[in-house]
Amino acid sequence: MEAVVASYLPIIIFLLVCIGIGAALLIAPFIVAYQSPDPEKLSAYECGFNAFDDARMKFDVRFYLVAILFIIFDLEVAFLFPWAVSFGELGMFGFWSMMVFLGVLTVGFIYEWRKGALEWD
Amino acid sequence: MFETYVLPGILILVHSLALLVVLLVFTAFILYADRKIWAAVMSRRGPNVVGPFGLLQSFADLLKFVIKEPIIPSGANKGIFLLAPLVSAVLALAAWAVIPVQQGWAVANINVGILFVFAVSALEVYGVIMAGWASNSKYPFLGALRSAAQMVSYEVSIGFVIVTVLLLVGSLNMTDIVLSQQDGLGTRLGLPNTLLDWHWLGLFPMFVIFFISALAETNRPPFDLVEAESELVAGHMIEYSSTPYMLFMLGEYIAILLMCALTVILFMGGWLPPFDFAPFTWLPGVFWFMFKLCLVFFMFAMVKTIVPRYRYDQLMRLGWKVFLPISLFMVVATAAFLKLTGWA
Repeated sequence: MEAVVASYLPIIIFLLVCIGIGAALLIAPFIVAYQSPDPEKLSAYECGFNAFDDARMKFDVRFYLVAILFIIFDLEVAFLFPWAVSFGELGMFGFWSMMVFLGVLTVGFIYEWRKGALEWD
Repeated sequence: MFETYVLPGILILVHSLALLVVLLVFTAFILYADRKIWAAVMSRRGPNVVGPFGLLQSFADLLKFVIKEPIIPSGANKGIFLLAPLVSAVLALAAWAVIPVQQGWAVANINVGILFVFAVSALEVYGVIMAGWASNSKYPFLGALRSAAQMVSYEVSIGFVIVTVLLLVGSLNMTDIVLSQQDGLGTRLGLPNTLLDWHWLGLFPMFVIFFISALAETNRPPFDLVEAESELVAGHMIEYSSTPYMLFMLGEYIAILLMCALTVILFMGGWLPPFDFAPFTWLPGVFWFMFKLCLVFFMFAMVKTIVPRYRYDQLMRLGWKVFLPISLFMVVATAAFLKLTGWA
């Protein structure tokens, strides 16, 4: 167990080094560069107009739908990972269990396709 | 105390720094190569002023970015606004910790390597969302929404592709995935120890799907709707200037290189030489890894120059209605094939 945990230590050190390099690059221009802010320069970009209203507006519900579909299928992938890794040791029972699981999900997928959840027009 | 904790710690630190420095310098030249290839296809010269043949262009760009004025829009959420580029760049770099460029040359040889890469690259969408929301401006907001939906859609088919490879390999460790390709379809066909053993041949449809999904996942043309210059100007990056902008571009290119590296590891035999006999085995594995990486990146660059941009509904259609059913079917087909032939 300890060896498994220890094998993650390099990742933490690597991550800290990455953050160090990234932060150094991010901070550098605030120290080095010449700055002269003015209100026009700091206003939000909108093709030369003043902003009409709040930028955080309502958006299409289909983005929300895509997110939900993503969760379902990504969970499916997450279930498939351990199954795929131990596939060599699994017998026919393990194989058919996953086929039934995938079958149920495929029925759901066909349903949402027919319902038009995947249409963008 | 010193021998058990400090010394290994310093070794890991040196290893990490070495990998990051090589990776960043390599990225600088890859950026230059990308621009040169793009220019060559369009019969332009591309960067040719800084250094011989313009080779030092990327380093001049770095210097220019650092001395540019950083602008934070007055309506932005300053903390998140500055955190977003850091998140994109750091997460893109972090996944490289588990990529083995040669046997035993990974910074961290963890037993769930591919899962770690999958998890970290899934987190990359946060950088885009944070940038789009914190900018408090319309174009970044729209760009971030599109980008999130796009990255998330192709993530699913990438997941299924990885599962088919795992069915053949039976391990999540990157080194095991490469080593399993010493014995594959080529051996069964009577041509052992060649590039026919690698997974690209046996899983050819998945290889194609993975390549195209990788293009979409990294917001690379022809799927660069996020920053579509003609409509969204630069997507989530509009309000950024100076090094925060550079960190986004750096993160993007390192993510592209990561996807190239994954293609090499999953399908093209990692550091294995194409033919396992004399003249090819003289070169070290790291050379073959870099060679294949450059080859895949060349394909990325050529796609960028040649293929026109997709429309958003076509993009979502391709992801959900074409790639998802095909890759799901291929998981079932591969599993059934392995069970029937008893190769698993």
